[in-house]
Amino acid sequence: MYFNEEFETLPRQALEALQLKRLQAVVERVCANVPFYMESFGKAGVKSADIRSLEDLQRLPFTTKQDMRDSYPYGLFAAPLEEIVRIHASSGTTGKPTVVGYTHKDIDTWSELMARSFAAAGAHRGDIIHNAYGYGLFTGGLGAHYGAERLGASVIPISGGNTKRQIMIMQDFGSTVLTCTPSYSLFMAEEARAEGIDFKKLKLRVGIFGAEPWSEAMRGEIEEKLNLAAIDIYGLSEIMGPGVAIECIEAKKGLHIWEDHFIPEIIDPKTGRRLPQGELGELVITTITKQGIPLIRYRTRDITSISYEPCVCGRTHARISRMSGRSDDMLIIRGVNVFPSQIESILVAIEGVEPHYLLIIDRRDNLDTLEVHVEVDEQLFSDEIKVLQLLAKRIEKEIKDVLGVTCTAKLVEPKTIQRSEGKAQRVIDNRKL
Amino acid sequence: MKVEQISIFIENKSGRLAEITRILGEVGINIRALSLADTSDFGILRLIVNDVETANKVLKDKGFTVNKTEVVAVEVPDRPGGLGAILRTLDTEQINVEYMYAFVERCGGNAVIIFRFDETDKAIHALKANNFSVLAGERLYSM
Repeated sequence: MYFNEEFETLPRQALEALQLKRLQAVVERVCANVPFYMESFGKAGVKSADIRSLEDLQRLPFTTKQDMRDSYPYGLFAAPLEEIVRIHASSGTTGKPTVVGYTHKDIDTWSELMARSFAAAGAHRGDIIHNAYGYGLFTGGLGAHYGAERLGASVIPISGGNTKRQIMIMQDFGSTVLTCTPSYSLFMAEEARAEGIDFKKLKLRVGIFGAEPWSEAMRGEIEEKLNLAAIDIYGLSEIMGPGVAIECIEAKKGLHIWEDHFIPEIIDPKTGRRLPQGELGELVITTITKQGIPLIRYRTRDITSISYEPCVCGRTHARISRMSGRSDDMLIIRGVNVFPSQIESILVAIEGVEPHYLLIIDRRDNLDTLEVHVEVDEQLFSDEIKVLQLLAKRIEKEIKDVLGVTCTAKLVEPKTIQRSEGKAQRVIDNRKL
Repeated sequence: MKVEQISIFIENKSGRLAEITRILGEVGINIRALSLADTSDFGILRLIVNDVETANKVLKDKGFTVNKTEVVAVEVPDRPGGLGAILRTLDTEQINVEYMYAFVERCGGNAVIIFRFDETDKAIHALKANNFSVLAGERLYSM
């Protein structure tokens, strides 16, 4: 179901013409209003008049998270603070947070794109949307909230945490759509089971999960345990927040990125060169309608590929593949590139293994070591040592076979790996690099 | 003629064994026999207790991974050669022992050997046919 049929199904030619017009306007605006861009375009020797086609976008320099930090807090804003009606910030686990500001029109665009995303996931008026994304500086909660209201659904602004209460409310209020991180959805299912509540009997029909990378195998597990259609959503605060891209429920194959507002590119993270359709690389996004803080060629650090193939749902917007990790989450273990999500896929494919795992990387005698911690639940447990040892060996072998990395599998007691109500921490890198 | 044993998964960290025995002690569970199999990373604690259901429940409630297995208890006179006679019979009948452990009865001159077989019924049949004393679960729990 479409929310804005005209724009969601705009023929490619018209869509690209619109993109060019908007791109030229935004480049002109940042050149006039943002000292950072005046300087960086000047260094690169490009002027706004040089952008004559979408191809010319490649002549512009990238914007990075570091550039945002350097301009902390408002340096990259293109609108005066009087026009900013909302300020969000990303978690600043390393240093200062990155700050974004929205004008009235930005909030309006965001609500529309999030409403489109809900509709693409199969949500509609009359749905009860249980929004367990955190409300606050993080964009997840309010972003989904405004979109749900724009859609005309009933939104429960429950935010994250207090899992027992979440479960009670879902049960009593008859929630039909759940929005949260994928790992938190499984955590809720576990808690519900411990409370003797059958998640499958709840009215939930659709779950919209994002804010952390997950895998196709984890989708299978969530759909099984929660009895709903699990849809992948993508967004980041620098670009807007949730609702930059979403899977359609018809195909569940790639996330449509709303190209009338964003221009996506895939680049080789090392060389910065644009990669052809289908190749895995870093996603770069240019916002072409944002007023508060427009970003030109922002390096998202997310690894994906892009496809312009027509989709069964009828939307003409390109699709990016499920995120396979972050270019800065990418672990290089003995020279092999490893994304934690790849290990997760391997683990979940082994019968009885829960997607709760922890990777510990260390360096001993100048050699990288990888330890994979896996929880032993009743399904895996045996009273015979050899059965458990075979399980550990099997995990080690499958990881070696698929990724080419030698690891040690360590079986640990259930519930000892930290559960997170936000983003799960799955990697501990003890190497002093 | 089978005996219920509970097995608990424990990581090789200090205090885990103490924690389990404390939990069982608090609810008045008496351990009749135990064996601990260990590797460098983890161990499996196997217990015969006087109240299998309660022990199973309290440990699960505390978050331990527990399962129940059927084992066989055989009583032999506590004197040299007692165990050897059983093992010879099992060997002749080609029955594999997965693991075993033993304890000596408090009074009387007997020892009790706990066996875990891959083919439990066949093993019981063979032991009885050779006149060994296979103990019922109730006997053992209340010993």
